[in-house]
Amino acid sequence: MLPQPTELIRQIAKELQQNLAQRNITDPGFIGIHTGGVWVARELLAQLQLDEPLGELNVSFYRDDFSRSGLHPQVRPSQLPFEVENRDLVLIDDVLMSGRTIRAALNELFDYGRPASVTLVCLLDLDARELPVRPDIVGQTLSLPKNQRVKLTGPEPLALELRTLEI
Amino acid sequence: MNTATKCQLQLNEQGRLRHFLSLDGLPRELLTEILDTADSFLEVGARAVKKVPLMRGMTVCNVFFENSTRTRTTFELAAKRLSADVITLNVSTSSTSKGETLTDTLRTLEAMAADMFVIRHAESGATHFIAEHVSPNVAIINGGDGRHAHPTQGMLDMLTIRRHKGDFTKLRVAIVGDILHSRVARSNMMALKTLGCPDIRVIAPKTLLPSGIEQYGVNVYNNIEQGIKDVDVIIMLRLQRERMRSGLLPSEGEFFRLYGLTEERLALADPEAIVMHPGPINRGVEIESSVADSPRAVILNQVTYGIAIRMAVLSMAMSGQNEQRLLAVQQKEPL
Repeated sequence: MLPQPTELIRQIAKELQQNLAQRNITDPGFIGIHTGGVWVARELLAQLQLDEPLGELNVSFYRDDFSRSGLHPQVRPSQLPFEVENRDLVLIDDVLMSGRTIRAALNELFDYGRPASVTLVCLLDLDARELPVRPDIVGQTLSLPKNQRVKLTGPEPLALELRTLEI
Repeated sequence: MNTATKCQLQLNEQGRLRHFLSLDGLPRELLTEILDTADSFLEVGARAVKKVPLMRGMTVCNVFFENSTRTRTTFELAAKRLSADVITLNVSTSSTSKGETLTDTLRTLEAMAADMFVIRHAESGATHFIAEHVSPNVAIINGGDGRHAHPTQGMLDMLTIRRHKGDFTKLRVAIVGDILHSRVARSNMMALKTLGCPDIRVIAPKTLLPSGIEQYGVNVYNNIEQGIKDVDVIIMLRLQRERMRSGLLPSEGEFFRLYGLTEERLALADPEAIVMHPGPINRGVEIESSVADSPRAVILNQVTYGIAIRMAVLSMAMSGQNEQRLLAVQQKEPL
């Protein structure tokens, strides 16, 4: 019942090319959000046949729930192998839900510099937004019951998994 | 205070850090978590904006009852890079000289609504005493207490070793100099042991070794040429002139002749060995000038790593305190 991630990414790649062409963006920098977003971004770059360095963003230090849940023990550093200042960026995440991760990611990006633009790409949109965040390109929108979540597993192979929370 | 009590005081009910007082009894996983978190903060230090918003709105109060330059400034920088507000008080020159007791000073500082205190004190155990008596949800970080512990220095030394040498379980590490007066030595021995270092050597004259040093599981040498052979890491300690009571050593010159790290002695260690020192260094007393300036010396890297370690410890203790506060609220109003 859940879609195939690689299929979704194929469709995202096509839409992204059109979207960037329409806006005359020729050389965007690609950034994935840890960890699922990085996997999606790698696959996306492969399908676009781009040999670009990929930025990796870890938003743990910028999360608004840090004081509740603490640092993730395996927090890994962010790495942006290119300048952000004045660059058009494509920000990639796996599952968009509340929008809080994207808020944190944008805050972190702006500590590196002032990008010319940020285009948001998400594999799945769970349609449960708590902040005014809207993806530019999305693989598929799902409406799930309150106690269900989708998790991307990977990186080889990429797959989507349905999880039920105990509430 | 025994190991179990010390450990309990530092952790919340979930086993996460809430005070950072001593490495005594802290599990390997927790030390590794501190090192991993510090690694991430090192990357933040390389950015254009070297600040993250983790501790925005929090107040960190550095209270130094004893002089310090690098520990105090790196704690200050660490707190600022976490976006906390920072006050630094040099109490050595203020109230205590007017006769105020430690608890009274503490109550006064608490009234300033600080969320965290970084404390350096000349008395061993002072920070434990404060952690026991401070109001709930205020974190205490030990910036060095007497001869007892200097846990952030211990952890920054571990980060230095891990970044230059990797796996602790394959290393020979020598700690050289005034072990008796050194809280750095004590914290380092504990951290190395917990992280699984199989060969920890302490090298010092008998007069500068505490009795019962063997309980740390270290190999003791009184001769530096023997002790330094094939080691991967050399940690030199500062000769604590201000702590030295007369009679332990004939002279500084004599100490250098017998225990100073010279190029000749360094040649006995592994060819890739690194040289560390907590600073400030006494050139020509414990270390030869040319060794201190050589590429093998990583003394200045230690300072940089110190900021990252302090950021890790401050943010982890804050998060542990917050977690504890939430737990306490939940226990009062069961869901």
